[in-house]
Amino acid sequence: MIRGVIIINDQGKPRLIKFYEFQPPDKQQELVRSIYRVLCSRAENVSNFVKADSLFGPDVRLVYKTFATLYFVFIFDKSENELAMIDLMQVFVETLNKCFREVCELDIVFNFYKVHMILDEIILGGQVLETSSEEVANAVDAISRLEKNANSMIPSIPGWQR
Amino acid sequence: MKGPSLMDSLFQRSIDDLIKSLRLTPPGTEPAFIAKAIEEVRREIKSSDPHTKSSALQKLTYLHSLHGIDISWAAFHFVELSSSAAHSHKRTAYLSAALSFNPATTDVILLLTHQLRKDLSSPNAHDVSLALSTLSSICNPDLARDLTPDLFTLLSSSKVTVRRKAIATVLRVFEQYPDAVRVCFKRVVENLENSDLGILSAVVGLFCELTENEPRSYLPLAPEFYKVLLDCKNNWVLIKVLKIFAKLAPLEPRLGKRMVEPICEIMRTMGAKSLVFECVRTILTSLSEHDSAVKLAVGKVREFLLEDDPNLKYLGLQALAIAAQKNILAVVENKDLVVKALSDSDVNIRLEALRLVMCIVSEDNVMEICRILISHALKSDPEFCNEILGFILLTCGRNYYQVIFDFDWYVLFLGEMARVPHCQKGDEIATQLIDISMRVKDARSQLVHVTRELVIDPALLGNPFMHAVLAAAAWVSGEYIKLSRNPFEIMEALLQPRTSLLSPSVRAVYIHSAFKVLMFCMHSYLRLNGDNSSFPSALIDSELVSDVEVDDQNMIVTNGRPLSASSVTDHLAQESILALVNLAEINLGPLAGSNEVEVLERSTNVLGLIKLIKPMLLGSLDNGEGDQTKGELKASETVKLIFDSCSEDLGPISVNAQERVLIPNGLVLKENLDDLEEICGDVKLPLLTSFSLVRPQFPEASSNVDCQGKEESEPASESTSLLAEHWKRHSLYYLAPGNTMATSNDYPPAHDPKDKVTDEAEDLVKLTEKSIITGKTPSQTKPRPVVVKFDDGEVTNVATNRTETKAVLISGAVNKVILGDEATAPSSSRRKPPKSRRVTDESSFGIAKIDQSEHSKAGLGGSKHHGHGKERRRRSSAKDKEHDRKDKQKSDKHRSRHRADKALEAQAPVIPDFLL
Repeated sequence: MIRGVIIINDQGKPRLIKFYEFQPPDKQQELVRSIYRVLCSRAENVSNFVKADSLFGPDVRLVYKTFATLYFVFIFDKSENELAMIDLMQVFVETLNKCFREVCELDIVFNFYKVHMILDEIILGGQVLETSSEEVANAVDAISRLEKNANSMIPSIPGWQR
Repeated sequence: MKGPSLMDSLFQRSIDDLIKSLRLTPPGTEPAFIAKAIEEVRREIKSSDPHTKSSALQKLTYLHSLHGIDISWAAFHFVELSSSAAHSHKRTAYLSAALSFNPATTDVILLLTHQLRKDLSSPNAHDVSLALSTLSSICNPDLARDLTPDLFTLLSSSKVTVRRKAIATVLRVFEQYPDAVRVCFKRVVENLENSDLGILSAVVGLFCELTENEPRSYLPLAPEFYKVLLDCKNNWVLIKVLKIFAKLAPLEPRLGKRMVEPICEIMRTMGAKSLVFECVRTILTSLSEHDSAVKLAVGKVREFLLEDDPNLKYLGLQALAIAAQKNILAVVENKDLVVKALSDSDVNIRLEALRLVMCIVSEDNVMEICRILISHALKSDPEFCNEILGFILLTCGRNYYQVIFDFDWYVLFLGEMARVPHCQKGDEIATQLIDISMRVKDARSQLVHVTRELVIDPALLGNPFMHAVLAAAAWVSGEYIKLSRNPFEIMEALLQPRTSLLSPSVRAVYIHSAFKVLMFCMHSYLRLNGDNSSFPSALIDSELVSDVEVDDQNMIVTNGRPLSASSVTDHLAQESILALVNLAEINLGPLAGSNEVEVLERSTNVLGLIKLIKPMLLGSLDNGEGDQTKGELKASETVKLIFDSCSEDLGPISVNAQERVLIPNGLVLKENLDDLEEICGDVKLPLLTSFSLVRPQFPEASSNVDCQGKEESEPASESTSLLAEHWKRHSLYYLAPGNTMATSNDYPPAHDPKDKVTDEAEDLVKLTEKSIITGKTPSQTKPRPVVVKFDDGEVTNVATNRTETKAVLISGAVNKVILGDEATAPSSSRRKPPKSRRVTDESSFGIAKIDQSEHSKAGLGGSKHHGHGKERRRRSSAKDKEHDRKDKQKSDKHRSRHRADKALEAQAPVIPDFLL
């Protein structure tokens, strides 16, 4: 199962925190901080896996990847395949790219809800739902359209749709 | 408080505004800004306009999720907004709820039940999806129970996305409410045959999670999974199926045989690394008895190791580590690559490689490997250097130094490790030094040599990481001073001024070791002197006998000349002894005023001794006869007594040694020992493993033990009878006597005569030494490490028990559904007999009684039973349907409680047979 998905920037600021099991807010912040500490101590061009037993319990590890200024982190246990997680991360980033056209950190900063929406189409309750970025992007487009239509009478929320 | 005004709504800050201004706040003022923003939100949130409210909630959730603000106070507003007709508002509300609700404590979750149900049955697929993902985030037992019927309906929804999400949600619902299995399980299983890849992927993923904890219950579904394994070409699905089989294969040997070929085929033909790796892992963990497959897998591992991608290299090493558990050759074959990985730039890879290298350590190659590793340690960063040292110590020390043949070498090597610049493993090294000194008699002379090097080096005193090692070295030097070539040199080293850099506890060890050295020198001197003249003959006799061997071994050297040479050197020796005493006095004098209790105590001891013997020494220097002789006599007697008490050999003692000591006749343990504390509160057996060790002086100690025994035996008889009476009356409430005997350690160790314990200890030393030499573990002794391991095991058992009860509940329910067996309640015992077999039997025979007897056989693991069970099952598959119907009737009453029973009946005949 996937235990969580986190995006942190290279300053250690969280940009997305999603845990699939409830964690109290302080704990979340603490986990993000400890993960960031581990990540920034790692050199470039090394393996992307980190054992996270001490943070999340036995057999839990995390895989991370840097994209521009952001660290993408997936936390998962032994019922997931390590390399598949890297692929899934790629799917997530590709989808972001499709939905935001050349995604950058600011897109993720200002589209809190939309990023969550995208993630929810890929992972539900810690289980992988969809692995095609195409499909995910289509689903997200459909939801956006639905919202636009439904909200056509009310002024739309800026940043919510693009 | 009034609600927000129109102006508030009009000029409300959107979430974008909030983020923008948050980014602009100067560092440090963020908390204040957030507090202000929360105040705003508190006003806006009361608005009746859904747009204003939604916007406020968005801001709140953002602050909660990324800035860790507690928003539990707003929970009700999320519930309120979730009923909004607009999808975007609904989404805001649900997402906020999913991110912030605590399923265990948020009360308002229950208020969401109705809305969730409404949305789950909404015609709009997006609403349904939203509700499903919310449900899986905040699911608690109540919610799961109430929404199970709705979920059941969705499991056969015609919309693929909805059905997928419903399947994924099922996992959480099962976890929270195991009874839901009864309702939903069959529908879930049906989806295994669905042609849609997304649905299949979701179901297989679900089963992968479910099998993780209690695989046995899912064994009957093996044929379905097998079909997926053969037919499906999707990597994601195959990986999950492989994971399921990795769990199932160890439970059913015949399954392994059938799986091997398809898995090898996948491994040969598929290009995706993730899938290949999963195949390798499955084979190495669960199919390790199939040699050709293992060979293929290890070959693939080698390919991984040869890749440039650090991830593949890392995973390859991990796979090798799995292989190493059963097949050490796999590691040896790839030794070259593993050793190369030791100098990789990636610390993950280095660590894995190190772990692997330690796997292949044996008696033959331990020296070579340690040599390689220490050279790696010297050139790597401090952290990894210590990892290496830690692994070496762990591996070499394992099972009483099982792999070590040449202890002289190992002891030297320990000294070398201690001197590695970044070494922080001082504690472990110290423990091993002392441990070896006690366990391995033959290593002692080399040990004394090594520790001398450590103690006399003033440079080491400044390194705090060395202190533990130095303490051990000082202790060894003091304890085995008779093996030393030059005690005077050791004395000087122990008293050198830089010892002030040591921590008080280590310093105390130094001083006490100095005490022992001094004692030894005095004793040797007195004995030599005694040969000449004034030593009382009685003492000499007894002493000569006991010390002959010592005399043979040592040459006590002062200023380059052997002490025991002639009477001419005697005078010199006297002077040097006096110099030694003076050295001690000068260095320790100031410490008598130390603030540290231990240091103070030890140095006072030495000073007291000096006070006692110095007049004697001076006297003999002055050649004063007559009057002085008496004082000298007394002093020399004391010296002898103390020396004797110090020169007794120490040995390791098993934790359980006390239990094995036979209780002497007439000594009644298990008494009320309340009054014992005051009697022997001040007498305690020295802890034999600690190095700051003072033996009680014999006359005192023995008299104490005597009176102890006397005082005890009197109240004993009285209370025994009382106790016996009590036992007779209340024995019901006590554990069986055997039990308490085995575990009881409620009597203080001071009780037993000391000699017994040490005898026991000596036996143990012999035993362990023997075991070291022959490389076998003694069968009777229960040495310390084993006991520790045992404790650990217990602890983890307790921890896992709790987490697994849920899985047990689920699997219990699964068993019932798969097998239509309503009779057995989901029991909480983990060691349930394999239900699958039992109930297939039941379905073939339809007789519950046979089932009982069969299942005890199955518990014993009779493969014979399997065989004929299978045949019968095949023959009787026609009967199955009929039986099912019967079964259903039996359980109808139970099922009718659920709404979904109609649908269930329709599905019932699709019980998968276990045909493998």
